[in-house]
Order: sequence, then C-alpha cells, then structure tokens
Amino acid sequence: MLEYTEKIREISQKLLKDSKVDMVIGFRKGTVPMMNEPTFIRNANEVGQLIWDSNCGINLANYLTGRKEKIGIVAKGCDSRNIVVHLVENKVNRDNLHIIGVPCKGMIDRRKIGVIYGEEILNVVEDGEKIVVEGDGDEKVYDKKDVLQENCAICIHRNPVIYDELVADLVEEQKDVDRYEDVRKIESMPPDEKWAYFEGLLKNCIRCYACRNACPLCYCPTCFVDESRPQWVGKSIDPVDTRTFHFLRAYHCAGRCTDCGACERVCPVGINVRAFTKKLEKDVKELYDWEIGLDPNVRPPLDVYKTQDPEDFIK
Amino acid sequence: MEHMGIEPGRLQFSWISSAESTKFVKVVKEVTETIKSLGPRKHFIKTEAKVA
Repeated sequence: MLEYTEKIREISQKLLKDSKVDMVIGFRKGTVPMMNEPTFIRNANEVGQLIWDSNCGINLANYLTGRKEKIGIVAKGCDSRNIVVHLVENKVNRDNLHIIGVPCKGMIDRRKIGVIYGEEILNVVEDGEKIVVEGDGDEKVYDKKDVLQENCAICIHRNPVIYDELVADLVEEQKDVDRYEDVRKIESMPPDEKWAYFEGLLKNCIRCYACRNACPLCYCPTCFVDESRPQWVGKSIDPVDTRTFHFLRAYHCAGRCTDCGACERVCPVGINVRAFTKKLEKDVKELYDWEIGLDPNVRPPLDVYKTQDPEDFIK
Repeated sequence: MEHMGIEPGRLQFSWISSAESTKFVKVVKEVTETIKSLGPRKHFIKTEAKVA
C-alpha cells in the first residue's frame, strides 16, 4: 500500500494547482509510531506531507460535515461508505467533493502490536504484507494479516464504493467472512452474563467521548450527553450513566454505522466500542437486509416506511 | 436492551389506538404480570453518590 503515497500526492497537487478543490483532506505522519493524523492541505507545495500506509484508520468523512468549500478527500472503503451516509443525510454536497479512492487492504491494530511486542515501540516499517517493529526490544517481523484491526479483518467493502479517481487498481474483496461471530457469542449468553460482559467492557471508560468525536455519524450540534436542559444522562462516571451513554450512542448509529472502527481505534483505554454498534448492524442486516453506505440514491430502511417492514416486536 | 443484559420481557412495545380501550387494558395487564413475575429490577439502579 505504500506506493499509494506518491499517487495521492500527485493527484492532490494537480487538484490544488488547477484550483479544482480548496483543500485536500488526507493523512500525514503522526508524532508517535502507528498514529497517523488527519491533515488539511490547502497549498500545492504542502502535498509532500500526505502519506498512506496501514495506520490510516481514522475515518476522514468525519471532517466533511457541513463543509461548503470544494474538497478533495482521500477515501478508503469505509470512508467512502461514510461519505455516502453524509450524502444521504445531506451533510455535504456531492458536487463539492473530489473523492480520491484508495483500495484498502486493512489497517493494523497498534494495540495488538503493542501487546505482542511487549516493549516500547520506536518505529514501525511496512514491507508489503510484513510489519517490521523496532523498539527497545529486538526487531520483530509480523504478518500484517495477524495484526489487522478487528473490523478490517472482517471487512467486505475494502474498495471505495464511490470515487472520482483511484490511486491504484481495485483490490479483491474478502469473501466468506463471518462478520458476526462475536455478536452471536454475546447473544447466546444468559441475561446476567450479558450484563456482566458489558459491565466488564465499560469498567475502564472515562467518558472522554473520543469515540463520539471520531465517529462520522456523531455530528449533532449538541450531543445528548452535553445537553443540560433536559439532562438526558448523568455526567458522572457512575456505571449506569456510562452504560446509558454507550448504548444510546449506539442506537443513534443504528442502520448508519459502517463498522469503520474509528470509535474503537481512538478509545484511550481500549474499549471494544463496536460490541454495541455491531449488534445493531447485524439486526439491520437481518431485519431489512440492509448495508449502509453503498448507494447514495437509496434511502435507508429506518428512513422510509414499507408495508413489509417487520413488526413482530410490537404487541 | 436485551442484548446487553436486560431480562427479556422487562422492556415491551405496543401500538394501541386511542379507540382500542380493551386492547389497552389487556396489554397493561399482561405487562404488569410479566414484570411482577420478573421481580424487582436489578439493573439501571443509580445509587446516591458516596461522599467521603
């Protein structure tokens, strides 16, 4: 995937030089290993900052909300699906976008690597399908497929679904992926065990709301947790409040979540935030046979009424 | 809600028109019975904050 960098720079330079766009949203190298950060390039002579590797997990669609200028945006599969969500929800105008599609082979999980490496990591280099980790310990080489983010390992939309130009040929999509193994595992638990599972999941939550801030779906001008008149949810770190925040946030993403994994990636204490959203994703798939973010011209199921909508849950 | 550990039956939904008084009574009775059989709730109870 490293060869994408040159192509991204080339395209961005052209776009900015020809004034086709006012800025390009992409990634630049972060200050610590495996943490690339979003960047907004406005001058053609700054495109050298732009890079692409397996640490570009943040969802850039998050930065499009309500933007009125012409924007070039670097989009991998999930970003492009969230751009579609933004189009469907009228958060951005398609005519203002120039989408630079990036066929993606998955992002690596810095926590997974941190755990298996065990020592302070100082540098991570990619070499094809290998990840070379240098740090306080010996240099180690891992297979990229073993250290992928969980949502990337089960991703079935690696290629951008919408784009104006591509940086490389489309990659082969993963087939026969069991997307909901973890959800079924929770579903099979008795109620008390389920409760305990989520209790354990959230016990480290510090309510920093990083998951919400990184989520392209969370664009309400005032989030329900920040609202004080009425106050929907307590602002303490009482487990009840924490849980209320997490499950309500997940509900707001029902039928909209593309499982991009941004929430999980940004969590400072490593909570598997997707445990909430994935259940809803699975339900929407089963009840409405719906996957979000594939077509900007179709309204999502929770948006429209159909006579064949399931209603078994209503007495 | 049930997915995260609320007992099945604790949360119920119904659609009752203002003209369906008999259905309303029936549903209320059913809900009350189900909830009574489940006993007092165990979850989503917020205790007073402890003050040192």
